[in-house]
Amino acid sequence: MSASVELENVVAEFGSFRAVDNVSVTIEAGEFFSFLGPSGCGKTTILRMVSGFVSPTKGVIRIGGKDVIDQRPNQRPTALIFQNLALFPLMPVWENIAFGLEVRGVDKKARRKRAEELLALVDLPNAADKSVSQLSGGQKQRVAIARALAVEPSVMLLDEPLSALDLKLRQHMRAELRAIQKRTNVTFIYITHDQGEALAMSDKVAVMSHGKLQQVASPREIYDNPANGFVASFVGENNILSGSVANAADGRADFVTENGTFRARLGPGAATSSKLYIRPEHVRLDAAAGSENAIPVDVTDIAFEGNFISIMTVDGAGREIISQARNDGQTQVPERGAKLFANFDADHAVVLTDEVPTRAGAHA
Amino acid sequence: MSDLLRRYGTTMTTLICLLTGFWLIILVILPNLYLFENSFRPYLPVAEMGGPKDVYSFNNYMTFFESPIHISVFLWTVAYSALVTALCFFFAYPLAYFLSKKVSARSLPTLFLVLTIPLWVSEIMRSFAWFIILSLKGPLNFLLMSVDIIDKPIRWMTGFRSVMIGLIYTYVLFMLFPIYNAIQSLDTNQIEAAEDLGAPWWRIHWRVILPHAKPGIASGSVMVFMLSAGSILVPSLLASTNSRWFTEIIQQWIFESLDWNTGSAYAFLLLILCTVFVTVVMRVFRVKLSDIAK
Repeated sequence: MSASVELENVVAEFGSFRAVDNVSVTIEAGEFFSFLGPSGCGKTTILRMVSGFVSPTKGVIRIGGKDVIDQRPNQRPTALIFQNLALFPLMPVWENIAFGLEVRGVDKKARRKRAEELLALVDLPNAADKSVSQLSGGQKQRVAIARALAVEPSVMLLDEPLSALDLKLRQHMRAELRAIQKRTNVTFIYITHDQGEALAMSDKVAVMSHGKLQQVASPREIYDNPANGFVASFVGENNILSGSVANAADGRADFVTENGTFRARLGPGAATSSKLYIRPEHVRLDAAAGSENAIPVDVTDIAFEGNFISIMTVDGAGREIISQARNDGQTQVPERGAKLFANFDADHAVVLTDEVPTRAGAHA
Repeated sequence: MSDLLRRYGTTMTTLICLLTGFWLIILVILPNLYLFENSFRPYLPVAEMGGPKDVYSFNNYMTFFESPIHISVFLWTVAYSALVTALCFFFAYPLAYFLSKKVSARSLPTLFLVLTIPLWVSEIMRSFAWFIILSLKGPLNFLLMSVDIIDKPIRWMTGFRSVMIGLIYTYVLFMLFPIYNAIQSLDTNQIEAAEDLGAPWWRIHWRVILPHAKPGIASGSVMVFMLSAGSILVPSLLASTNSRWFTEIIQQWIFESLDWNTGSAYAFLLLILCTVFVTVVMRVFRVKLSDIAK
């Protein structure tokens, strides 16, 4: 039923602009796979190449092990959910859902029955005869999913389908999409610039920038062990210190900055890098200096975010260091102007390559 | 109205309203009312106008219904105008689709220019041009014979053939532009969504693009049909011995018989009957008037 998708050295060029630069990735059958990246990073082009609307300039795309380069979108076992959903406004809901079946010559009675089954699956019963314009944003979303599922695709492609919804609905639909994916066991390829969506829903995430894959790993791995500076700063927040690496050994090193040397982990290929990344939730503010790394700081501002509290501080050199604490009722929130130490473990400070990936073929 | 005042100020607004009013009342409504009134009066020598014989009646209208020849000319006019409309749609729809969805935005102005250049030449000149092109020893036959497609010249100007060609050529753009506008407003994602769901190209057109373009097709069809049925230039210039157009009969009443009264009655009959025909057709295709106004 579900199929794997393989991209092998795929390049997509529009004129002299290289939108996708030599991407190779294997997406397992039944996996929820996300491409995460800022707008213009090439993720939508990848989706359109898998669905068949864009032909790669170079490279091979296989779906279920079969080369699909010569297949038109209407021949591929994929179903695409568009960012604006692209429901057919002149057809009632059930005809929208049954359109793929109509194309396949299923008779009207069976189409109607299947449409109603799918509406039940996406938790939208009694909507069959409504017109699309009568539906709310979230309901349209469900109809779009049902329409795509109706053709029983091996691979479902989703192009930021939640971006038009409000926050509450978006969080609800995340869980819903994930549940539908598990229920149907179809391979989902999900495109988003929202790290929260990618991390929460996916089995695996590919972080992209400038047409290149930066890292492909589980959400946990992406967050905890980012491959480079881009991934670290795009996914989640970071305090970034500048300096240089010294005494590198066994994946550990000293990181020398103008006001202090810190023990840190060494990221892949980062022996000559100049940036140290520390997540705000790993910075603890204390009256006493910690045993591993400590920076004396002044508290400048406190931002209450609800489930957590952000505490803004500056160190002696005027660099901003942010600490985040859980709002669990026990955390001591310091006063503004308090003089404290920002403590962090060597395990949670990581030196990463900070080169900004450049786009091949782009003009300087 | 208050929006108009706010935008253009009192002077401009008054001027706009006056000009529109002048055009509508003096140039459109009054002449039509005059003809309408006349159509109910008998055709009399000047001396008897206003006399005892000058009474309102339906006699002028009855003249039409009592003349089988005129009725048949009217029916042929409607039939051939409908055919012109259908053929215009046949040519305009693919072109409109091509222009709105396939052509790059950069080459669009050039293509539109090429399409509209013929409109810069007056209708008379264009009809004459077709008269020359289609004549027995004209360029079209010469061309077809020199590339050996035909070995004997074709007599193009028999029956309604040349009138059809002339009318289609003159009015096809009135079909093209409304359809172009309609298709252009269609979200390309919908076409792609249909294709992604497995639809072949003809089903995409049938289920997605055509229904969306329906208002445009309807307004284009109404325009082409009414203009064709009401055209006088093309039918009189490109006519053959056996192609008579209803407008030519009106012209005969007014300019040859100098019977403006019967001529007016015929003109109103053309308007009324064509409106009825269009209304019926719109009902059949389930097009609402409000769709066309969009």
